Amino acid sequence: MLWIAQRASAAVLALCVIVHLITIIYAVRNGLSAAGILERTRGNYGWFVFYAVFVAAIAVHAPIGLRNILSEMLGWRGAALNLLVLVLAIALALSGWRAAFAVFT
Amino acid sequence: MNNDFRARSHPAYWAFIVHRVSGLLLAVFLPFHFWVLGQALRNTAALEGFLRWSEQPLVKFAETGLILLLAAHLAGGVRLLMLEFLAWRDWHKTLLAVAAGVSLAIGLAFALNVV
Amino acid sequence: MDALRVSVWRGKESGEFRTYEVPQFASQTVLDVVTYIQRNLEPTLSYRFACRVGMCGSCAMTVNGKARWTCRTHAAKVAAGNALEIAPLNHLPVIKDLVTDMTRFFDKWAQAQGQFRGERTRKDDFARVKPDSAQRQQADAGIECIGCGVCYSACDVVAWNPDYLGPAALNRAWTLLTDVRDIARVERLAAVAGDAGCHACHTHMSCTELCPKHIAPTASIAGLKRAVTGAVLKGEL
Repeated sequence: MLWIAQRASAAVLALCVIVHLITIIYAVRNGLSAAGILERTRGNYGWFVFYAVFVAAIAVHAPIGLRNILSEMLGWRGAALNLLVLVLAIALALSGWRAAFAVFT
Repeated sequence: MNNDFRARSHPAYWAFIVHRVSGLLLAVFLPFHFWVLGQALRNTAALEGFLRWSEQPLVKFAETGLILLLAAHLAGGVRLLMLEFLAWRDWHKTLLAVAAGVSLAIGLAFALNVV
Repeated sequence: MDALRVSVWRGKESGEFRTYEVPQFASQTVLDVVTYIQRNLEPTLSYRFACRVGMCGSCAMTVNGKARWTCRTHAAKVAAGNALEIAPLNHLPVIKDLVTDMTRFFDKWAQAQGQFRGERTRKDDFARVKPDSAQRQQADAGIECIGCGVCYSACDVVAWNPDYLGPAALNRAWTLLTDVRDIARVERLAAVAGDAGCHACHTHMSCTELCPKHIAPTASIAGLKRAVTGAVLKGEL
């Protein structure tokens, strides 16, 4: 159920975010430019798969979290809420994968 | 009647607030993040232009804030995963302190490297 | 000693706080204060108590914002300056003044399958349970609950999710789950899974902070989360 998906995606994200934070600090420390970043990601299947998995986990984790906030803080329930959350999930997944693709090609 | 701040003034509750607020703000930030990266689809120059814009101190300050949010959400999340899936231990308050410390350390690492 | 200025909730869900001046005495409990008001100042004040000695849980009320047993709370320790604010327990319908309707609290106890179900009869031998086994120790950590409602009042998820079973009911379900003699395991897991069950707990730990018996419902609920997850992965649920 949703709770298990939330915790499972959280575990995946824990690993992805640690990698992401290390990457960010490395990039910032070495003053990487856009060209510098892109020459590392273009054509690199490793990074592409990593970011694709990262995005998928986010598309599961964030909408479920938002669903909790909406139902607990605003009292929304039912099919309308679930539909909104599903739409958000799809939007996040598509825009995220587009971004991953953008730095891959 | 509902609880007010008096019943909520204890560390585990603040940890919940930090976790919920950081999650919400990160979720709001993400579409913007994906859009910026998607700019690279046009050409490198578009992304470079954005990175140039982001050199301003105010943006760097905001970025540090974002890193802190991410680190806090990560640390708080790992704390929850440990509390829920490992057999309960009595040092849950220590765990909270460690989580807070780790997220601050990460935020600091970023801030010191970006300046 | 200066007199205490005590604000007491009068009415039902809608009502108001009315202030009374109560003389301070040594070792005075909040229950003493409420009793003084009812006997000397306001005969129409309604409140609940029974044992007066911290065994029954009937006198639970919200004192200065936190749910407590009033018979075990020294007025001097919780008074902010000389001010006390006494209100009924949160998240329950108010019958009158400081008295709440505990029906929903106990209904949820039943919904969480908080009743023991065994299979031995009087003709069978005693069940042998080692008191120092890990399972029994986990159960023992939660069985002292007397159903006072303090944790239920303290829990914000109860306010945000009206169907949420609440810390006490879930704690009881956990103590039965870890009881090796109980045979209703799968039904109980089904009862506590889902949006209104253990998964709604956000580990605020207000219940653990305020439980007068020092039980940690959060720990029990974490145990339920693990048990449900295990059952789902094994295909039992």
